[in-house]
Amino acid sequence: MSDGRGNGLLVNLDSVDKVFKRGSEEIHVLGGLNLGIPRGEFLALMGPSGSGKTTLLNLVGGLDRPSEGTVEVGGERIDKLSDRKLASWRSRHVGLVFQFYNLLPVLTAQKNVELPLLLTNLSRAERVRHAAIALDIVGLSHRAKHYPRQLSGGEQQRTGIARAIVTDPTILLCDEPTGDLDRKSSDEILDILQALNREQGKTIVMVTHDIHAASRATRTLYLNKGMLTTEPEE
Amino acid sequence: MANPLNWFSQVVSVTRFNLRTLPQRKGSSATAIFGIAGVVAVMVSVLSIGQGILRTMESSAAPENVIVLRSGANTEMMSGLSGDSTNIIAEGPGITRNEAGAMASPELFVVINLPMRSTGTDANVPMRGVRPQAFKVRKEFRIVEGRNFGWGLNEIIVGVGAKLEFAGLDLGSSIEVGQELWAVVGVFEAGGGLAESEIWVDAAVLQPAYRRGNSYQAVYVKLESREAFQNFKDALSTDPRLNVKIQREAEYYASQSTMIYNLITGLGTLIAVMMGLAAVFGALNTMYTAVSSRAREIATLRALGFRSGPVILSVLAESLLLSLAGGIIGAALAYLAFDGFRAATLNWSSFSAMTFSFDVSPELLVQGIILAMLIGMIGGLLPAIRAARQPVATALREL
Amino acid sequence: MKYFYLVWCNLRRKKLRTLLTVLSILVAFLLFGYLAAIRQAFNAGIDVAGADRLVVRHKISIIQLLPETYESRMEQIPGVDNAMHMTWFGGIYQKPSNFFAQMPVEPEELFDMYPEYLISDEHKKAWLDTKSGVIAGRQIAERFGWKVGDRIPIQATAWTHKSGSETWEFDLVGIYDGAEKGTDDTQFFFRYDFFEESRAWGSGLVGWYVVRVDDPQKAAETAATIDAEFANSPRETKAEPEGAFIQGFANQVGNIGLIIMSIVAAAFFTILLVTGNTMAYTVYERTSELAMLKAIGFSDRGVLGLVLGESFLLAIIGGSLGLGLAWILVSMGDPTGGTLPVFFFPVKDLLLGIVLIGLMALTAGILPAMQAQRLQIADAIRR
Repeated sequence: MSDGRGNGLLVNLDSVDKVFKRGSEEIHVLGGLNLGIPRGEFLALMGPSGSGKTTLLNLVGGLDRPSEGTVEVGGERIDKLSDRKLASWRSRHVGLVFQFYNLLPVLTAQKNVELPLLLTNLSRAERVRHAAIALDIVGLSHRAKHYPRQLSGGEQQRTGIARAIVTDPTILLCDEPTGDLDRKSSDEILDILQALNREQGKTIVMVTHDIHAASRATRTLYLNKGMLTTEPEE
Repeated sequence: MANPLNWFSQVVSVTRFNLRTLPQRKGSSATAIFGIAGVVAVMVSVLSIGQGILRTMESSAAPENVIVLRSGANTEMMSGLSGDSTNIIAEGPGITRNEAGAMASPELFVVINLPMRSTGTDANVPMRGVRPQAFKVRKEFRIVEGRNFGWGLNEIIVGVGAKLEFAGLDLGSSIEVGQELWAVVGVFEAGGGLAESEIWVDAAVLQPAYRRGNSYQAVYVKLESREAFQNFKDALSTDPRLNVKIQREAEYYASQSTMIYNLITGLGTLIAVMMGLAAVFGALNTMYTAVSSRAREIATLRALGFRSGPVILSVLAESLLLSLAGGIIGAALAYLAFDGFRAATLNWSSFSAMTFSFDVSPELLVQGIILAMLIGMIGGLLPAIRAARQPVATALREL
Repeated sequence: MKYFYLVWCNLRRKKLRTLLTVLSILVAFLLFGYLAAIRQAFNAGIDVAGADRLVVRHKISIIQLLPETYESRMEQIPGVDNAMHMTWFGGIYQKPSNFFAQMPVEPEELFDMYPEYLISDEHKKAWLDTKSGVIAGRQIAERFGWKVGDRIPIQATAWTHKSGSETWEFDLVGIYDGAEKGTDDTQFFFRYDFFEESRAWGSGLVGWYVVRVDDPQKAAETAATIDAEFANSPRETKAEPEGAFIQGFANQVGNIGLIIMSIVAAAFFTILLVTGNTMAYTVYERTSELAMLKAIGFSDRGVLGLVLGESFLLAIIGGSLGLGLAWILVSMGDPTGGTLPVFFFPVKDLLLGIVLIGLMALTAGILPAMQAQRLQIADAIRR
């Protein structure tokens, strides 16, 4: 894991365009976008629905490629990697937290957290150990053997976060992590994310429409009509 | 209890709704249809073999006809009657008479080896030596190609079945019997009966060729009526000059075919049951999948106020409709592919070949469709009940 | 493998669906196995037919008899090692449905020609010492509960006894076993000299000959030479290899192999459709989960492997249970109660079954697996 050179940025997007094709129509979601994220930042991305927040997140996480421009994470040009290399890169460098948790219903919380570790060379014992640690960090050790259907929304999302950090990734990407939760659970989740950022120095990018969630971040950017601004559009 | 009319209209509207979403589930619907079609097609085809054999046997028997064999013989092959005996038999009471005298036909039954057209290997082909009355006693006998053989000549006529199954029996060709060539001068039909698997020749020509002296194997007799049977049988059984066994033709043919009919029907049913089981599991699977794919729709309907009954019925109706379609396709496939398909098998009793046509009878078609509907019913009922029983709230949340 | 746990758990997702799929695969392979045994039974004699044996019968038809004197003439023919005659007795034991072959032969010749019929020296000697003696195959001895020393009456149908009666009485002096699984042990052999002196007609005539040739490669040639020897005589012959002769009978019963294959193919096709459809649906159902796996770093090929893995696991469980059940059912014995000469599950068909398990898994799973492979994360992740 090499450090970013040049401007000390962990993530650097330069002149990025993203165009989607719907049948014969072309939709320009992002146009000429530039974004720099320094290491250790907790960035919130806000904007109206359909503004391309998730698309931007996907580009940072290597889940999608730009139509134009470059994407550099941790010093690596991920827009130039092949699909297979990209998958491998993600497994080592990216942690993902989804709005609807996306846990496998057939696995226990612990096994769900172990999932990303299957892609590594760790032994079974080591996988179990790492998962236990991750679950402990999010405060769910007592629910390790429970299935998702036996967990509340908040607990499921905490499991999701544990899964996201179990490989100790370079960057944590969260897509509306509190979108499906009540106020109390939301706060719990945001507490964990903040702790991960302040105490462990994790770089986090969070897409959200919730102002309260955004207030927990160190910086907030607004995305509107494919352009990033520091002020919300009115 | 709710207004029955209301209930009924619910059933109809839910069913119509379900059917309208059918095109969206093309994949699983097509699977269900073709899966069931496959099972029905196989079952009907296999059973049509047994039906075909049965039909051949039944077509051979005329109600007032009787067959006389040597006492203790179960088949013509094992029987032996002297020429004198056959004359005595022809004097029995109650035999129909025509201008040539009593309609009693003494016949000689042997086997000749000829290659099968399909495999080239030899088959035991039945060859019958007859006298003039044979043509009158056999029902529906007619020459369809060429002419009858000449008495006393090395000429033969062949049944339509025999001609199609065995090589070298076309009009104009000859077969080798010992040192001589016997010419095929005609082709005959006999109402779909066993005779159509045979070669016929003058008994007087056959006897010396097979070194039989003046002996025969059976006498086929046409009585004046069905009721004349008992009298005829008693007269012959008590005659001290004879040692014979008298049977109605129908009984005789029934006993001949029992073994192979049972074998094929038994086997066919076993296969049909196993495939039916596989189809039921498959249908269940398809229907459960179909139901779970529309869990949310069904739950929404119920949340809106439709009752469980109509929901169950609509799923069942869909299942039955799909299986009916599958059953019709399968039955049609079997009919188009196999009805009338000519084949030959071994008649275990005479150890000679027997030709028949696959008979995809109306009863079989109906049975096939009923089987399909049964599979559809079983396959649809359980998923339907489960769909209706699930708590609405759970189903609505399921994504 | 560490991924096995994941594959296994995915199958437990909808237990009923997995159970039904496994059951339908089970039935397909049960059918396959059982029909394989039936097909083997119909083709029985062919596999174990002696490559160095010919059957020589009357040219016109099998029911015509040949002179006994042909034996020594045949043994003079170059290429012929030994010849023995056999005749079809065709009698009835108790009732016609108790069908089995009865044949008069010369004892020493029988064991020389058919080394696969195994008999103890004691029984063999008893047969040579007892003129009315009979040896029977183990299968029919067990079927009818015969013990050595029993008197066995047979009703003749064509071969009337010299005394005028139809009943022939034999003494069971020995039981023979087949050397191989496919060897026919349902036959009943008695002595030719006893037959010759007791029969009312047909003296000096026999049914057919079995000939052993020096060189199996020259079997067809030797057969032709034999036929040439007796051509233009009042009783001409037709000689052919034993296997071909038996095949001819099987062909008459019907092209059993083809019929059975078609049925099995139809069954498999049906199951394949259903399994494939089920798999396709499970992939569709899990679109977001599969996309998530890809998001966290599973490669396209990894996801393909996962889906194929499920398909294989289903097929292996259902297929082995089906084949196993077929094995058990077949060992329970002949479903027709004795008319089939042999009834067992051939090993080569078992191996074929295993190959088919793999093929089914692949065919049912490949399209859904490829669909999973091609999932675009961004499109699939939300819903």
